[in-house]
Amino acid sequence: MSEMRFTKDHEWIRVDGSVGTVGISDYAQHALGDVVFVDLPEAGRVVAKGGEAAVVESVKAASEVYSPVSGTIVEGNAALVEHPALVNESPEDGAWFFKLTLSDPAEVETLMDRGAYDAYLQTLD
Amino acid sequence: MADTTTLSGNRGLAIEEPLIFELGHPGRLGVDLPEPPPVDEDRLKGCRRQAPVGLPDLSEPQVVRHYTRLSQKNYGIDTGFYPLGSCTMKHNPRLAEKVARLPGLADLHPFQPQSTVQGALEVIDSLAGWLKSLTGMPAVAMTPAAGAHGEWCGLMAIRACHEDHGQGHRRRVLVPESAHGTNPASAAMCGFTVDSIPAKDNGRVDLDALRAKLGDDVACLMLTNPNTCGLFEREILEIAEAVHAAGAFFYCDGANYNAIVGRVRIADLGIDAMHINLHKTFATPHGGGGPGAGPTVLSSALAPYAPLPFVVHGDKGLTLVEHAADSGAKPFGRVKGYHGQFGVFIRALAYIISMGADGLRLASSDAVLNANYLLAGLKDVLSPSFEGPCMHECLFDDRFLKDTGVSTLDFAKALIDEGYHPMTMYFPLVVHGALLMEPTESESRETLDQYIAVVRGLAERAKAGAAESFKAAPRFTPRRRLDETLAARTPVLRWKPEAAE
Repeated sequence: MSEMRFTKDHEWIRVDGSVGTVGISDYAQHALGDVVFVDLPEAGRVVAKGGEAAVVESVKAASEVYSPVSGTIVEGNAALVEHPALVNESPEDGAWFFKLTLSDPAEVETLMDRGAYDAYLQTLD
Repeated sequence: MADTTTLSGNRGLAIEEPLIFELGHPGRLGVDLPEPPPVDEDRLKGCRRQAPVGLPDLSEPQVVRHYTRLSQKNYGIDTGFYPLGSCTMKHNPRLAEKVARLPGLADLHPFQPQSTVQGALEVIDSLAGWLKSLTGMPAVAMTPAAGAHGEWCGLMAIRACHEDHGQGHRRRVLVPESAHGTNPASAAMCGFTVDSIPAKDNGRVDLDALRAKLGDDVACLMLTNPNTCGLFEREILEIAEAVHAAGAFFYCDGANYNAIVGRVRIADLGIDAMHINLHKTFATPHGGGGPGAGPTVLSSALAPYAPLPFVVHGDKGLTLVEHAADSGAKPFGRVKGYHGQFGVFIRALAYIISMGADGLRLASSDAVLNANYLLAGLKDVLSPSFEGPCMHECLFDDRFLKDTGVSTLDFAKALIDEGYHPMTMYFPLVVHGALLMEPTESESRETLDQYIAVVRGLAERAKAGAAESFKAAPRFTPRRRLDETLAARTPVLRWKPEAAE
């Protein structure tokens, strides 16, 4: 499995073969506050790079989760629907949002690695 | 510390009140009703209720006390200052309430013959005339029932017009980040896709970013002006020109119209459609106090697509056009049963006539003055997000709370203990931990001075390291800090009886 890559909108992706696993970063869950609702894409849906794929709602706000790369949804993480609090507890591991098959694996290379993302976060505060 | 508990759980006039279902006692009666007469024929053909309705059994005084006590736990514009930003919580004049209760208006039925309701049709027509004069727009759809409904109505007219002109492929709607939160939802409801436009550092729309997003698939731009940062979009004429040059329409969210009534004519800004929240700008009750109304003014290009019904002047006085065939136009349909929120129309018209054109202009000026008074009184202790002056509302972010351990939410909870409805929190999203305050023109200088003193005092207390007391707020409400996360994650939406034996 590849290292984690990040977007400026605070999604992460990890790629294993042709399948990517997507979630939101620890920074994102912290900024959102207590997550109370997650809406996940149906399997088979085609998503574009940067296109809306899921919705996450906290006590403060509702936000879209964008797909870091283009592809076709394989599955959503049903555990999040039952237990949205997982997003706060385990954002960059157990609380993945969805898996998708990549239509262009080269897109992953355009995303930030951990070091670049941490540097980007420094510019936000 | 003195013992603050009581034997009853009540604290003076703050009375612990159970749910009405918990008050009920089986067999207790409020009214004795006679047994229904025997029925010869079962006209319901066996369609009978299978289970009891499950209403509580109570006496009349129990019911009266219950609802009176609940009403005393309410906080509204009649009880105190309500600076909820972008909601324009202004005073509801009693004159307008009195007029709305006149029997000749209050006792009408929507199915009465039109010849018997000429006065009511004149109310709708006169109000429409005022809205058109104030905005300079040639047409208005009166029936939308609230702001977001008005947005949807305007977007439906835009969609109908594009489709009528072979432009049905225009399905993208541009919405700036500083727009009202309902805008993207309304666009999605209409089947459009939403494309976000970033804001500049001065809180206004980035015109270059807007130009880059325009194209021949764009149906319209939805702009809120003044925007939710309380700022006037100074480049609005350039924005309108760019949008029109791309063949798109310009929708304006009129939620913040209270800042510019009598000062700016909407038509002069190049706007094609804008809803007017009568319940904000024209002082009718809202926020749990009554229904809203969102009449939508339309440009001449969109006017033919306005929804049914509408009032016209004919040989037999005023008549309602109820059918597309009679309209001489291409209405996209209906958006509401009957004729709009008629009770709100009466109140809004009474307010407008009692204020007069000069009074309306003065009200918007005073609303802006009051917001700037708040900004001036608070800017050295809070952190204003943008350079003033502001329009009808002033926006702060949470930089002043940095390293205090107090959040915007805690700060708002502490204001509840001080007897104020909190400001709008965490909106707009373009700043961090937003606190958005809108005083409206209703408030006296004394009220504003007292509020400023309280907010300043709370800010100083937060900076002095009193985080614990903020986390414990509110302390003087019927219920203390509520677990909002638990309530959102596992809501209990209705009372259920304990399982029967």
